[in-house]
Amino acid sequence: MIKGLIFDIKRFAVHDGPGIRTTIFFKGCPLSCGWCHNPESRSTDPQPSVKHLAMDGKLFEQEEVTGKEMTVDELLHEVERDRIFFEESGGGVTLSGGEPLHQPDFCTSLLKTLKENELHTALDTTGYASAKEIARVSPYTDLFLFDLKIMDDKEHMKYTGVSNKIILDNLRTLQEKGKEIIIRFPVIPGITDTPSNISSMIDFLSPFHHFTISPFEVHLLPYHAAAKNKYHRFRMEDKMESGIEVTKDRLMELKALFEKTGFRIKVGG
Amino acid sequence: MTDRIKNLREQSLNAVNCISAERALLVTELYQSGVDQEVSVPVMRALTLEHILKHKHLCINEGELIVGERGPAPKACPTYPEITVHSLEDLDILDSRKKVSFKVDGQTRKIYKEKIIPFWSGKSNRDRIMQAMDQDWKDGYKAGIFTEFQEQRAPGHTVAGEKIWQKGMLDLIEEIRDTRSAIKWDTDPDAKAKSEELKAMEIAAKAIILFANRYAEALEELDKKEIRNSKLEIQKSEIADLARICRQVPAYAPQTFHEALQHYWFIHLGVITELNPWDSFNPGRLDQHLYPFYRREIDTGTLTKECAIELLQSFWIKFNNHPAPPKIGVTALESNTYTDFSLINLGGVKSDGSDGVNELTFLILDVIEEMRLVQPSSMVQVSRKNPDSLIERSLRITKTGLGQPSYFNTDAIIEELVRQGKDIVDARNGGASGCVEAGAFGTEAYILSGYFNLSKILEITLHNGFDPRTQKQIGPASGNPASFSSFGKLMKAYQQQLNHFIDIKIKGNNAIHSIIAESMPAPFLSLIIDDCISKGIDYNAGGARYNTTYIQGVGLGSITDSLTALKYHVFDKKTISMKGFLEALEMNFRDYDEFRVELIYHTPKYGNDEDYADDQAKHVFEMFFEAVDGHPTSIGGVHRINMLPTTSHIYFGSVIGALPDGRKAKQPLSEGISPFQGADTKGPTAVLNSAAKIDHLKTGGTLLNQKFSPDFFEGEEATGKLTALIRSYFRMNGHHIQFNVVSAETLKDAQKHPEKYRDLIVRVAGYSDYFNDLGEDLQNEIIRRTEQG
Repeated sequence: MIKGLIFDIKRFAVHDGPGIRTTIFFKGCPLSCGWCHNPESRSTDPQPSVKHLAMDGKLFEQEEVTGKEMTVDELLHEVERDRIFFEESGGGVTLSGGEPLHQPDFCTSLLKTLKENELHTALDTTGYASAKEIARVSPYTDLFLFDLKIMDDKEHMKYTGVSNKIILDNLRTLQEKGKEIIIRFPVIPGITDTPSNISSMIDFLSPFHHFTISPFEVHLLPYHAAAKNKYHRFRMEDKMESGIEVTKDRLMELKALFEKTGFRIKVGG
Repeated sequence: MTDRIKNLREQSLNAVNCISAERALLVTELYQSGVDQEVSVPVMRALTLEHILKHKHLCINEGELIVGERGPAPKACPTYPEITVHSLEDLDILDSRKKVSFKVDGQTRKIYKEKIIPFWSGKSNRDRIMQAMDQDWKDGYKAGIFTEFQEQRAPGHTVAGEKIWQKGMLDLIEEIRDTRSAIKWDTDPDAKAKSEELKAMEIAAKAIILFANRYAEALEELDKKEIRNSKLEIQKSEIADLARICRQVPAYAPQTFHEALQHYWFIHLGVITELNPWDSFNPGRLDQHLYPFYRREIDTGTLTKECAIELLQSFWIKFNNHPAPPKIGVTALESNTYTDFSLINLGGVKSDGSDGVNELTFLILDVIEEMRLVQPSSMVQVSRKNPDSLIERSLRITKTGLGQPSYFNTDAIIEELVRQGKDIVDARNGGASGCVEAGAFGTEAYILSGYFNLSKILEITLHNGFDPRTQKQIGPASGNPASFSSFGKLMKAYQQQLNHFIDIKIKGNNAIHSIIAESMPAPFLSLIIDDCISKGIDYNAGGARYNTTYIQGVGLGSITDSLTALKYHVFDKKTISMKGFLEALEMNFRDYDEFRVELIYHTPKYGNDEDYADDQAKHVFEMFFEAVDGHPTSIGGVHRINMLPTTSHIYFGSVIGALPDGRKAKQPLSEGISPFQGADTKGPTAVLNSAAKIDHLKTGGTLLNQKFSPDFFEGEEATGKLTALIRSYFRMNGHHIQFNVVSAETLKDAQKHPEKYRDLIVRVAGYSDYFNDLGEDLQNEIIRRTEQG
C-alpha cells in the first residue's frame, strides 16, 4: 500500500479552515521560504533531532525522528476519532505541510478516501504543483487554502527559491473552475508587505470577485518568530532577522486596504 | 448596576468573614434548659430552630431588597455545636490562618470556652459518629483512603423543587395536619414516630413564619423611625413594601416576582439555620421557577425588566453574604473554601421534556456577568432541545474568566436519574448541584458520603495490604506484587483491595445514616422535599421520594496513568521488573531521573484518546461502579457513585508516596475525570474522547476541567467552535465540562500582588473561588494548568 511521509497530526485545529479540524502535515516542500514556521517540513526525508524535555527544572535530551511513513488507512483511522467534532462544528480534515502536492499520489489517494467517507477536505497548498496534479486532487478538495506570497516573479524566486508562474496559473485555473478558495497571505515585514506587492496582489485578485457570490476571502497571517528554536534544533539557517514583527496597526492598515476592494479579511486564519 | 447594588455588592465583598457564637449560644441555652428530656428528638430539633429564629439578631442592610441573614451581619458565620464543636485551638487557627480565615473575637472565644465547649464536648454528632465507627473504618479514614462528609456537617445535599414556589407554609401545615390525622394508630407500628415527626414539621413551618413576621415588625419600626426627606422617599415606600412582603411570605404562596425571591430566601435561611447541610441548598431551576411570576408582572406592567434585574442582583448578594461554615481541625485541606456550593441551574428542559430556555434565562445570565460574585455559583443545563444561543451567551461570560457558568448535559442527567429508577418527570425537573451532582430537585435526598482515594488503593495493593504512611496492615494480603505473572493478576489484587475498603465505607455510611436519622432529624428541610410530609418521615431518615448515597471517586487520571505505566513497563515492554519499579517508588524516584522521564514523557497517558491507557480508566471505573452501585443504605436508599474531587485531590495526594505515573510523593492527584496535569498533549478533542470512554450514565456526576488561555476566545469563530466542542462531548454522554480562562501571567502576578486581584475568580473544581483565598499549592496547580492550556 502506498505510504506518505507525515510529520505531524494536529487535532482541534481551529485555524485551518471551517469548524474543528484535524490537520495532517505532509513532509517535503519544493519551496524554501525564509519565514517558514515549519522548517522541518522542507526535507523529504525523516530527520533526527535532539529534543529537550524538562523535569523538575532539569533538562533531559531525547533523540527524536521527525517524519513517519503512514498509510491512508492509518490516517483515516486517526481522523475518524474526531468525526463527531467535525459534524457538530462543520469541520473536517486539512492537508498541510510542507507541500501535500509534493507527494501527489498519496495526497490524491488520501483526499479521495476522505471524500468517500463523507469528510470535508481542505488542502493547504503553496500551489506549486503541475496543472495535472492540481486537476487530479481538485474533485476531492472542498476548499483550497491557497498561499499567495509575492507577486513579482524575481522577488518570489529570491525569497522562496521557485518561480511563481505555475502558482498563479494554478490559482487562476481553480478560480475559473469555481472551486472554493481562501487566499492565505503571509505578512512578512519588508518582504511581502511592501506597497507594490500588496497593490499587485489586489490587482491580481480583484477579477476573482466575478466568480463568487460572497466576497472573496483573504487571510492575513502575520509573521512571528515562534519557529526560531526549530531552526536551531534542526540545524538549519534562520534567514530572518531577529526582532522583526508585524505591528497590530500595520495589520489593521492592510486589512483596510484589502477590504476597500471588497475582500473579506481575517487576521490569523 | 444601580448605586444601590454597587453599595450592597461592595459591602458584601468588604465584609470580613467572622465566627458568630449567636447560634451556638441559643442552641446551648435551649439544650441546657432540659427541654430535650421532655420532648421527642424531632420536636427538640424543631424547637431548636424556633428558638434560634425567635431570638436571633435581625439584620437589615441599607437599601437591600431582599432581607434576612443567617448570622447577625453579612459574613458572620454561625457554628453548629450539635454537629461538631470547635475547640479553642480551632478558633485560633480560623482566626489566624492566612487563607479562608474567620475572625474570632474575644467575646466569642469566651463564650466558647465557658459555655459551648463544656456543654457539647463528647456530645456532638461527630463524637457520636466517631465512637460508633469500628477499627477498620478508623484505619481507612486515617490512612486517607476515604473521607467522611457527615463528620462535620449534616447530610442535606438537595435542591428545592417546584413545590415551594407554589405553596406557602400555611399550605404545608394543612398537609401536615391531614397526614397526621390519617395516621393509623392501631395498625401502624411507626405511628408514634410519624406523629412526632409531623408535629416537628409543623413547629418548624411556624418558626419560619414567625421569623418573617419579626422582619416585618422590624421593617415597620424602621418605616416609622425614618425621618421623611426627599432623598429617602423612595427608600421609605420600599421599606413599607418589604414589610408587607414579609407578612405575606413564606406564610402564603408568593404572588409577585419580588415575593417569590423573598419567599425562597426565607426558606433558604431556614434550611441553613436548622443545620449545616452539605452542600448548601439552592433554588435550582431559577429561570423556570421565576418565569410565571416574571411573565405575569411584565405583561400587567407591575414589574419592569430593570426592576427584575435589580431584585435578582439583590438576591445574588444574599448568597454572597453567606460563606460556608468552617470546619474544625488543623487539616482543612479536604475542602477549604468560603464557597457554599449553591449552584443556580439555568436552561435545560421543562417537565414535559420541551425546551426550557426563556427570556429570564438570558436575563439571569446578564445578572451573573454583571455581579461577578463567587456565590451563588451558576451553570447552564444544555439539552439537545436548547438553542445554541444559550451556549454562546454563556461562553461570552466564561470568556471573561469568571469561571461561571459551567456546562451540564441535561439529556445525560435525565438518563442517569432514570437509570437509578426515577420517574421521567422527576428526572426532567432535576439538574446538578454542589459541584456536579445530579439529583431530582424537590424529591431526592442525594447525600454525599465521602471522597474515595482510588490511587491510595493502588499503593496499598503494591504493599500487599500494608499502608506505608501509617505503618499498618489495613487491607487484606492480596499478594506480593513481585510475584504477579500478569497485569490481570495485579488488577485482580487491586479489585480485592478496592472492594475491601468500599465495604468498610458502606458499612460506615449505614451506621452514620442510622445515627443521624435517630439523633439529627431535619424537620424544616423535610417540609421542602417530597414526600417527607406525606410519609411522615424525616429527610434524614429516608422521607424523600428518592434516597441516594454517593461515594465520590477521586483521581481517575492518576490511577489510570499509574496502572498503565505498570502494564506498559513491567508486563508489556518489560523495561523494568516489578521489584525494580517498586524500588524506584520507594526511593521517590531519587537516582531514577531517566526512568522518570520515560514515565512522564514516553508512557501512554489518559487524556490522549489512546485505548492503551484509557482501557485502565474504563476498567477502574467499572470496578468502582460494581463495588458501590446498588448497595442499599440503612435509611431505605441506594449507594451510587460519582466522580468529583472538590479539592480533595490535594489532600489525597498528600497521603500517598510516589506513584507509577511518575508523580512524586505527596504531590496532588489529578482532579475529577480530567487528565493528570500536563498529561494530555493532543488537545481538547482527545481529552473529551478519553473522558467519554467511561460510562457517564452510570454515575450521578463527573467533573471535567478544560483550560483555555483567554486568547483562544478571541475571534468571531471561537465561540462557535467551543459551542461545537460542548455539543460533541454531550453527544457522547459527557456529564459536565467547565472552562478555566485565565492567563498564567495574570495568576502569577496575582500571587505576588494579591491586593490587586481582589475579584479574580478562578474555576477550582466544579466551583469557582477567589484566587486569593486558595492555598499556595492549589494556586500553583491552577497556574500550571493555565500554562499548559
